[in-house]
Order: sequence, then structure tokens, then C-alpha cells
Amino acid sequence: MKSLETAGGLIGRTVERVEDAGLLTGRGRYIDDLPVRRDTAHLAILRSPHGHAEIRAIDTTAASALPGVIAVMTGADVARLTRSMTVGVKANVECWPIARDRVRYVGEPVALVVAENRYVAEDALDLIEVDYETLAAIVDPEKALAADAPVLHPSLGTNLINERTFRYGDPETALAAAARRISIRIAYPRNACTPIETYGVIAEYDPGEDAYDVTANFQGPFSIHAVIARALNVPGNRMRLRTPPDSGGSFGIKQGVFPYVILAAVAARVAGRPVKWIEDRLEHLTASVSATNRVTTLEAAVAADGRITALCWDQLEDCGAHLRAPEPATLYRMHGNMTGAYAIENVAIRNRVVLTNKTPTGLNRGFGGPQIYFALERLIHKVADELGLDRLDIIRRNLVPADAFPYRTATGGLLDSGDYQTALDRACAEGGLEALRQRRDSARAEGRLYGIGYATVIEPSVSNMGYITTVLTPEERAKAGPKNGAQAVATVAIDPLGSVTVKVASVPQGQGHRTVLAQVVAERLGLPLASVRVNTELDTARDAWSIASGNYASRFAPAVAGAAALAADRIRARLAAIAASQLNVTADRISFRAGKLFDRENPDNAVSFGRVAAASHWAPDTLPEGTGQTIRETVFWTPDELQAPTATDGINSSLCHGFIFDFCGVEINRTTGQVRIDRYVTMHDCGRILHPGMVDGQVRGGFAQAVGAALYEEYAYGSDGSFLTGTLADYLIPTVMETPEPLILHQETPSPFTPLGAKGVGEGNCMSTPVCIANAVADALGVEDIRLPLSPSRVSEWLYGEECPPSKPQGPAPVATGASGERLLTGAGSADVVATRDSVWTMLLDPNTLKAIIPGAHEVRKVSDTHFRAEVTLGIGPVKGRYRADIRLSDMVAPEAVTLSGGTEGALGSGRGTGRVTLTETANGTRIEYRYEAAISGKVASVGGRLLDGAARVVIGQFFQALARHAGGGVRPSAAAGLIQQLSSLFGRRR
Amino acid sequence: MPRMNAAQRHVVDFTLNGRNVRAQAENRMLLSDLLRHEIGLTGTHVGCEHGVCGACTVQIDGKPARACLTLAQQVRGSDVRTVEALSPDPAELSPLQAAFRRHYGLQCGFCTPGILMSLDALLREQPDAGMEDIREHLSGHLCRCTGYATIVEAALSAAEEQRKEEIPNA
Ligand code: FES
Ligand code: FES
Repeated sequence: MKSLETAGGLIGRTVERVEDAGLLTGRGRYIDDLPVRRDTAHLAILRSPHGHAEIRAIDTTAASALPGVIAVMTGADVARLTRSMTVGVKANVECWPIARDRVRYVGEPVALVVAENRYVAEDALDLIEVDYETLAAIVDPEKALAADAPVLHPSLGTNLINERTFRYGDPETALAAAARRISIRIAYPRNACTPIETYGVIAEYDPGEDAYDVTANFQGPFSIHAVIARALNVPGNRMRLRTPPDSGGSFGIKQGVFPYVILAAVAARVAGRPVKWIEDRLEHLTASVSATNRVTTLEAAVAADGRITALCWDQLEDCGAHLRAPEPATLYRMHGNMTGAYAIENVAIRNRVVLTNKTPTGLNRGFGGPQIYFALERLIHKVADELGLDRLDIIRRNLVPADAFPYRTATGGLLDSGDYQTALDRACAEGGLEALRQRRDSARAEGRLYGIGYATVIEPSVSNMGYITTVLTPEERAKAGPKNGAQAVATVAIDPLGSVTVKVASVPQGQGHRTVLAQVVAERLGLPLASVRVNTELDTARDAWSIASGNYASRFAPAVAGAAALAADRIRARLAAIAASQLNVTADRISFRAGKLFDRENPDNAVSFGRVAAASHWAPDTLPEGTGQTIRETVFWTPDELQAPTATDGINSSLCHGFIFDFCGVEINRTTGQVRIDRYVTMHDCGRILHPGMVDGQVRGGFAQAVGAALYEEYAYGSDGSFLTGTLADYLIPTVMETPEPLILHQETPSPFTPLGAKGVGEGNCMSTPVCIANAVADALGVEDIRLPLSPSRVSEWLYGEECPPSKPQGPAPVATGASGERLLTGAGSADVVATRDSVWTMLLDPNTLKAIIPGAHEVRKVSDTHFRAEVTLGIGPVKGRYRADIRLSDMVAPEAVTLSGGTEGALGSGRGTGRVTLTETANGTRIEYRYEAAISGKVASVGGRLLDGAARVVIGQFFQALARHAGGGVRPSAAAGLIQQLSSLFGRRR
Repeated sequence: MPRMNAAQRHVVDFTLNGRNVRAQAENRMLLSDLLRHEIGLTGTHVGCEHGVCGACTVQIDGKPARACLTLAQQVRGSDVRTVEALSPDPAELSPLQAAFRRHYGLQCGFCTPGILMSLDALLREQPDAGMEDIREHLSGHLCRCTGYATIVEAALSAAEEQRKEEIPNA
């Protein structure tokens, strides 16, 4: 046992947070609050509106000419000054932070503008012309593997970037011998724990020293620092990376800021000035980073009594358009604990990583856990149901026995400690499972839809920096050299007045690290809490750090707080020696309490902490022989248990393994399909608890995010790659109204492997809660293929089957969803104008007339007799944007008919369509008839077909009204989409 | 209102946290940008710039308002209050702020200023606000860290404290 003896009782107490006074009064210092040099310019990023397209040309002339613009850069300019980012698998692909000749996801950076302020920089984005040739996009990971699927990276020749198979024990024999083989297939969706503060970077370049200095709200791991420095082509000591004092949450997401660190650094270099970039919310949701979506088939070999003897995993991981560091880590983070909380000896795994036209993935709270446990815990429910056994009995039968710790899992993990049986029994008793069952039974007796779900989870923490190398074959690993460990670092320093400062590289994102570290160090040194100050800003040029530094894998309490305790203890031992010599006793008799060091056997024989502590500064000569300084002590700590993967692919992917058992009751509204969480109980064993209030805060926060993932949140893509959830009105984060209060229970089984006995606790509910709710919904509905999020529309489908098409015809312009998932609009109409056919014809082909009559047109240019370019601003529903339209004329029969076809493109989406216009002479003028078919994709398509259809009619109606006015005539009211017709088209349709 | 030119900055006179302020802003400048980047009061945060998250909430003439949906020019002559004005003295927390600290009503603190401004207005307008009123007001704010329970607790506790103070010996 490495745990240290404690005194003073600060650890484990719920003390007020030292962070809060500043944060509550508006004195936080987040990235966008930091002072910058006066000549700092602002960066804005032009992003791809297409999921997949070749870039034929980029014209930046107009943008560069805009007053206030300092520099405009494209992918080619960035590539000249950088190298491709490192990719974590052996594959013939490059990975750039900005598109070069091809865009592969909506939101991929295409050009950079540096300007005097953000407003001007964004104006300039509108002036950049990009000529795209769209390619077929692929968003479904399974379809991406088809032989005829469009390939994202031609150099790779396939979308399958990595495949590995693993075998532990003898899964084939276990399967052959099993009484039953039971399997489940799941598709886990994409979502993200998106923080409320977006990304921000402030970058500077010193040409004299060829050195970058960047401040970013990056969260670690600092192994990424190596990726950044390599990409920027400088040694690590010329890439200074700093973090701001405060961060507005991260949950893994701010690991993904690093490509923007590279872009901002290059932009600063080209602009010759410091550059600042603050991401906006649309950019953040569209293109920052998200969790992976994954398709999993999991099969179990099951004995008749429900004992599981083997698990066979087949996982297809979708990492989006590029494999960005540290991916495919999401797929391997759980590799040592693929058997969950269960003692299962035989395991087979096939892991495939596929690239699709979606945003690249990265860290996200729970990292790999939600995907694993959704399959495993759904399967456990299914095993019980198929065998006709109680679900809890199946869980109990398979749990790792309490006397088996430390327990080596089949895949090489070392479960440090636990007593799962007791935790589970206590949860059932204290959480009122029996009462909940009765509640379910009586609800069902009344005909209501009510279900109970369970989830049992091992929550890993303190990642082994070597686990990701499990993706390499043993031969590849042997060549690359072993990787392992998890260096944590803490510094305790004493100033000349004898006060104590703690410095760590944990880069907190709001969790309250400073408070806990003050507790730990104050306790070890016998000081009041308030007399220890903690600094958690990180500066790679000045502070102690290593690749494992940062805020991820729930490593703070087990690793960083432990390292701080060790550093404090080293100083403490020296202070005791100094005090002993001053008090004329032996050092083992010295106690630390209330700011004093004293002889335990004669407490009056005492000296103040400050006096002893300052001796190293003022009078080093007085230190007893052989006692080192007490000015500053830095401890690096890495646990021995974290070894590199073995030759047979065994890997202890994490140091600590907490235990979680959840159960819940949900009720489903038969009419609306809404899922309501009636009761939720979550039992945690996270080892020794350092601050109960903060532990519960972590549990509640993770739980709320998991409720979002289970019921509301999905990064939704159209099948053409368009991103459909780019605002917080589309990506639904739970508010207070949607967040129930869970009952939180604790058991404390200290970890034998960490200095304080603590384990991580931040991520568990993101792993356990989605599947717990899904199991309850499955129980209520008897449906096997439960997919998240459990939105009312999805649940209604299970309740009532697919929605039937309306029986009544819905008017002349039905809205349909295009084959590609784009929004397809069709329509027709006519207008009578008092003008001759020839003059109407001339007007239709004259750019000046068109400019006057096209709604929202700023400019119409005639490129040739049959080719026009227009710039228009259109507002559709809540989405207003500027579009560039390219219109070509064909099948011209002057002055009778013409076909217009073309495309339009803007930041908010793109469209293409054709329309046929015919002109016939009438008694008092000309009748114009038109019919059109248009397909729209991108953000604008996500406002919904009803609005789009109505908007299209309004816009087209306005066009002909204006034409008629221009021609000096009237328009037949019905033809110009009269108000009543518009309203009925807006509200009369069901979709 | 005088006719204004989009290319120019125009004077905005208003009261900010009890003081008269004269600032300059282009027509299109948001109030959130004026406060944060022109005046330098960075306590008002920006999380979405489209009116959903509530982080930018300030009080305009006593009423909570989204600074990201307000143009700087719209506050001419108004009385604007931000989180920086909540505590009576820099070294002291207001009862509402202190309740947040006591109940762990914040983690990263990014959503917090907006929430404080909404709750401060609520408790002033409706001193008898109960659980449902508080939840209703909080539903206009997104917090990604806390799961809300501790925010509700903090607000309830501050409301109760305020009531006790108003009716001494009650
Ligand atoms: S920033 Fe104003 S509501 Fe989100
Ligand atoms: S405390 Fe972080 S968003 Fe609310």
C-alpha cells in the first residue's frame, strides 16, 4: 500500500472552492478576456459548405483588397510553412489542419483571413470565391466500406484506414462449447459534451528566433504539443504553449483546438503580428470535434446458468474525415477492460477504423466508454431475457469476485480494487429498487409504459500513454519502440516569507483543482487551507510538464493530487529535519499543525512554519548537514503498473478502475413518445474521496450530459454530408427542465496504486447513463434495436410504426426528401404581365433588370450570353445568409422559352436546381409560366422543409411580382403565391 | 434617432453599473462586444451569439436581456448592469453569489454571470420566488458542468435568506 498517512483532516472535507470568488464576480480570466498586444489582429476562417468536393480554384483578390485586411491565406500557403500532422497509425495519408485540394467535411477550413478586427475579418470571408466541384459524400461508416464507395483519401485507396484483430484466451472453443450464443448489434450515434465556452487561440511568431508563442484554451494531453511543434517544423522549445488561468469547460473537447493552434500560429507568422481567434458556436458545433459514432456487433458465449464464457467484439469506428491525433484512441482507451465489470476469460476483438465525410473526432468525456458499454450492457439485458433469467442475477453471476483484486482481465487490464457485489447490493437496498419494481408493476397494471434499466460499468482513469500503440501490430511496436506510463507532476515551493505555492500541469477546466490541491498540501504541511496558493496555468517554456500532462482520463485526483502529496511530503521531511535541529529533538518527533512545527512529546517546544520554511532562503548555512533545500520540490510520478502492450497485445490501458452501478425507472408517454426519467440511482466507488462536494458535482454534471446523449443530442448529418445541428437551437443540450436529480450513492474502496487511494470519477455517468436509460426504454417497449437519442419522434416510430404518408393530396408542390438526403423542392406557377413578350424576354436576360427584380440581389454579372453570376442575401426562417448563384441558360427558344439551371452556394448551405420558363402572348400582355425543381443542402436545409418550401414560393413569387412591376403591369394574385396560399403551404403540410 | 452611417462609429451614452459611460460603436457592434472588448468588462460571457445559452445575460433597465442579441446602439440612455456590479464591495460577495459558492452552484463559471443576472432580477421582482419560478427562469440558461441541481439549491437558499432579512425576526 502506497497510501500516505494523513493528519489534519482537510482531505475528504467539503470546503468552499478557492476559485469561486473570482468567477462569481466577473473576474475570471478566460482566453477571450486576456490582455493582448495592441497590434493584435483577428483571424476568421472560411469553411467548406460541402461534405466532399474538389477545390478547383480559390480567388482571394477581393478579400485581400478590403480595407482592414492584413493577410489572406489558403491551404497551399499554410502547407508551405508547415508539415502534415502526425497520424497515429501506419497509413499513406496526410492530415492537414486546412483543406488543400479537397474538402472532406462541412466546416473544414478552406481559407484564413487576418484583419484588424473580427467584423472586418468576417466581411472578408464573404469576398473569397471558391470554385468547388462537388463529389459524392459518404457519411455512413458501413457504406464507406463498400467497394464502390467514394474514397476520401485517394492515396489510401480505401476508407478503411486501420484494421486489427485480437484474440485472448480461447474464444473459439468457448463459443463452440457454449449452451447459447447471443449477440446484439448497435449503432452508437455521434454527440459531443460541447462546453459553453468555445475554442480560442492567441498566437505570436518571433522571426528572429523562429519561435512561436501561443496561448490557447487547450486541455491536454500535452503529447499533442509534439504534434503541434512537428507540424510547425520547429523543435519543442520553439513552440511555447500556454493556457489561460480559467477555462469555460472542456469535457475532452478542447483537446481538439490544436489544429487551430497551428493555423493561428502560421497566420501570425504570415501577418507579422499577433493573431487572435475566438471560435463561434456554429464553427464549434460543426467543426470542432465530437465523439466517434460506432457500429458494434457483440456476441457472447453463454452457459445455461447465464455465465458468460467469451465475448466477441466487432467494432467499426467512424473517425470522420481525418484520423487526427490521438485517434483512433477512442477505440483503444477501453481495451484493457473490454469485459466490463465481469470475469470473462476469453475475448476476440476485430477493430476497424473508417473515414467518412464528417468532422474528425477526438476526446470527449467518457472517451470510448459510452460506445462499449452501450453494446455490453444492452447485451447483458438480452442474455437475461433470452434465458428467461432475472437481469440482476445475470449481472451478479458474472461480476469479478470481491476477493480477486487486483484482477487481471483477459485483455491485459489490471483492475486495482473493488467490491462490486457489496456496491450493487447497497445500491439496490439504499436506492429502493424493490419499491421501484412495485411502481413499475402498478404503472403497467394501469396500462402505462414503464420500464426499469440497469447498467454496470468499470470507469477507467489515468490512461496509460502506451495504450494507443495497441493499434500497431507487435512488430510495428517493436520497431517504433515501447510507449507507456503516465507522468504526473507537481511542484511545491516556499517563498522567502515562508508561504507555500503549489504548481501543477493539470490544466483544470472548471473542476476546482486549485481547491483540492490546497487541501492536500495544507493537510500534509499542517497549514490552514487559506495559506496555500495554487497556480494551474501551464506554460511549456517555464513549467514542469510531460506528455501525460493535462486534464483528461480523470487523472487529477488519482495522479496529480497524489504527486502534489508526494512533493509536499518530501518538503515536509526536510522541514522536520530543520525543525528537529532547532528544537533539539529527533525528526521523527516533529509534528505539523496549525502553522507550527513542534515536538509531539512536548508541544510547547515549537517553532513557526514560516521560520523553518524560510531558512533555506535566508540562512542556508543553518540547515543541518545533508538536509536539502526547502525552496522548491518537483515530483514526477508515474505508476509501475502502466506497462507497454505485451507481445500478445495485452494492455493495462488505465491505472484505476472505479465501479458504477446504475438503475433507473422511465415512463414513456404513449401519445407523444416522450421518455421521462422517473427515478435514477447511481452508485459510485471511486476510491478515496478527496472532496465530496466536487465528486458529486462531477457525477451530476456527467449525468446531465449523459441524459442529453440519451434523449436529445445528436450531431446529425444529411447523407450528402451536410451538418444539420449547427446551433444550440438544433443541438439540444438539456436545460434545468430536462435534467432530473439522480440519487448518488458512494462506496469507498481505495486504490492501492495511487498515493492518496483516489480514483477518477469525472466520466462514469457518460458511460453508464445512456445505456441504463436505453435498457429501461427497451424494458418498457420490448424493442431490441434501441437507438439514441431517444427523441419522441424515434420512440413514436416504435410505438406506432413509420409515419404514413398523408392520405389527402397536399397541393401542387409536395416537399420530398431527395434521394441523397437533400431537401428537394418542386413548384410551378404563372404570372400575367402587361408587357409584350419580347420586352419580357429582354428583361429576363438583362443583368440590370435581374438585379432589380431578384429578391435580395446585390449584384448580377453577365459572364457570357448564357451565364450569369449573382450575389444574393436570403433569409429563410431563422437562417439568413449570403449566397453566390451561378446561373446558366439553355434550351433557349427566343422569345418563348428558356431553361435556367445552376447552383448557389453560401456559408449556410448550397443548392442546385433547374427551372423552365415559358412566355406566351395573351390578350393584354404576356403570361409567364414556370416550374422548378431544386435541391438544397447544408445548414439551410436543416430549417425544415415546411419553411423552405414556403420560402421558395415567396421568393419566386416576389421575383415575378417585381418583374411585373418592372414591366409596368399587374400580376394575377393567385399566380404570385398569394398570402393565403403561402400560409396554407406553410402550415397545411405535415412534414 | 439620428441617421447613422454604417461605416462610422457613433457615440453611445448610457449608464453602466451606476456610472455614466460614453462609448463609441459601429452600428453593427453587439452590446456583448462593446462591454467586453471596447469597455473591457469581461465578466459578461459569450457562449453562442444566437440567444440560446444565456451566458451573455445582463440587465437593461432592470430586466434581464441577452447582450449578444442587443446592438450597442440600442442601449443609448439605458441603465445597464453586469455581473461586475453584483457584489457590494470587491472583497465581498452578494448573498446570491455567496449562496452559489456555498452550494457549489458553479464549476467552470462560464455560464454563471448570466445566470446570476437573471436570478438577481428575479429575486428583486419576485422576492417570494419558489422552486418553480427559479427553474422557469433558469430554463433560459445552459450550464454544461453542474447538472443544475446545485444552482437551484443556491438560488433557493439566497431567496430564503433575502426573505429572512426583509422580515427581521420572522
Ligand atoms: S451568448 Fe448570448 S445567449 Fe448565448
Ligand atoms: S459552470 Fe460551466 S457551464 Fe455552468
